Amino acid sequence: MKTSAISVLLILAAALPAAAQERPYFVTYSHEMEEPGNLDIEVFNAVGKPPGANRFLGSNIEFEYGVKTWWTSEFYLDGQATANDSTIFTGYRWENRFRPLLREHWINPVIYVEFENTSADKALREVVGHDGVPDFLVPNWLARQDKEREIETKLILGSNYRGWNISENIIAEKNLSNDPWEFGYAWAVSRPLKLAASARKCAFCAERFQAGLEMYGGLGDRYSFGLNQTSHYVGPTVNWSAPNGPTISFSPQFGLNDYSIPRLYRFGVSYEIEQFLGIFRGGN
Amino acid sequence: MIRNLPALLMLLMLSAVLMFATANGAWLARVPPSDHQKTNPYGGQPQAVAAGRNIFEEHCAKCHGENAEGVKKRPSLRTERIQQQATEGDLHWLLVNGSMKKGMPSWAKLPDPQLWQLVTYLKSLHE
Repeated sequence: MKTSAISVLLILAAALPAAAQERPYFVTYSHEMEEPGNLDIEVFNAVGKPPGANRFLGSNIEFEYGVKTWWTSEFYLDGQATANDSTIFTGYRWENRFRPLLREHWINPVIYVEFENTSADKALREVVGHDGVPDFLVPNWLARQDKEREIETKLILGSNYRGWNISENIIAEKNLSNDPWEFGYAWAVSRPLKLAASARKCAFCAERFQAGLEMYGGLGDRYSFGLNQTSHYVGPTVNWSAPNGPTISFSPQFGLNDYSIPRLYRFGVSYEIEQFLGIFRGGN
Repeated sequence: MIRNLPALLMLLMLSAVLMFATANGAWLARVPPSDHQKTNPYGGQPQAVAAGRNIFEEHCAKCHGENAEGVKKRPSLRTERIQQQATEGDLHWLLVNGSMKKGMPSWAKLPDPQLWQLVTYLKSLHE
């Protein structure tokens, strides 16, 4: 068992990584799909200090696989650590994204469907309904008793224009218990610092950096749709893609009202393995 | 039954030819005239060939081979279709839109200048 685990790790380490050209977004999805056969391993973290509650680190690790050019599937494992409280595994999610239009258009829709089974989650990968500071005041042992088995759907709209990417997400989430539908939004824009590539190979060329702005928040639920008692965040975001290596992302984000956490610091690392299953078939 | 056999064989052969045509280069027929005629702002520039080579190595080589010779079912980019029949505008269109039913993804996430640099590199392969 131990030998086979080490073998798998060695194979993964020897696999040819790719420059992922990821967008520097933490919450917003762009319409760009994972290339078929590629596996993207991502770790995302959010650090925050809600007023009246302990500082926390919410994390998830994601395995994103390109099944087809028009279908990307992703599995998440979530966890969190709260100061003066505990470190816990908070659950898992499985999402699928489908691109119905097989050519590039001015606006490109993607349908997102996710099942999640979490409790006490603090990764803040989306904000919906009346999510806000009160959720973070509950100690972990109590929050864990509230199991959230949810179906989350998104309409992802994305455009690329003159190097800019503009992405909008409309979110609808339903707890499979008797809770009402909750709604949220996210949008983001970004652009590489330089559009043309350099003739020489370089790690820190301007085209390897992308910068942008991201904003997201809740829109209430079916019975109380709107901005009342909802949280909203906005912040600049940047990433750097190492040549044939990982992409590192960072974003300080700011709560826009008293219902939001005043500041969130997000950082992530992603690493793409090209033609993942080909490794195990002993070829390309 | 036997009387219909030649017609049946003809139909099968025609279907096979049509399937082959669809699987190999049918995308060329779908390129709009405006894209077909686009000119490459980097056409023939040695710096763009070098930059395009770097982009190719990072994003394309795993599927199409280190020297664009093709890998297993992934096609070679040194064929007559790519080097002679397709214009630079055609290749740019293919990179933007992909041929998603055939497994070629869209590369619209790369900025347009990088796509043209990649086209410049691909077109340099026949020289």
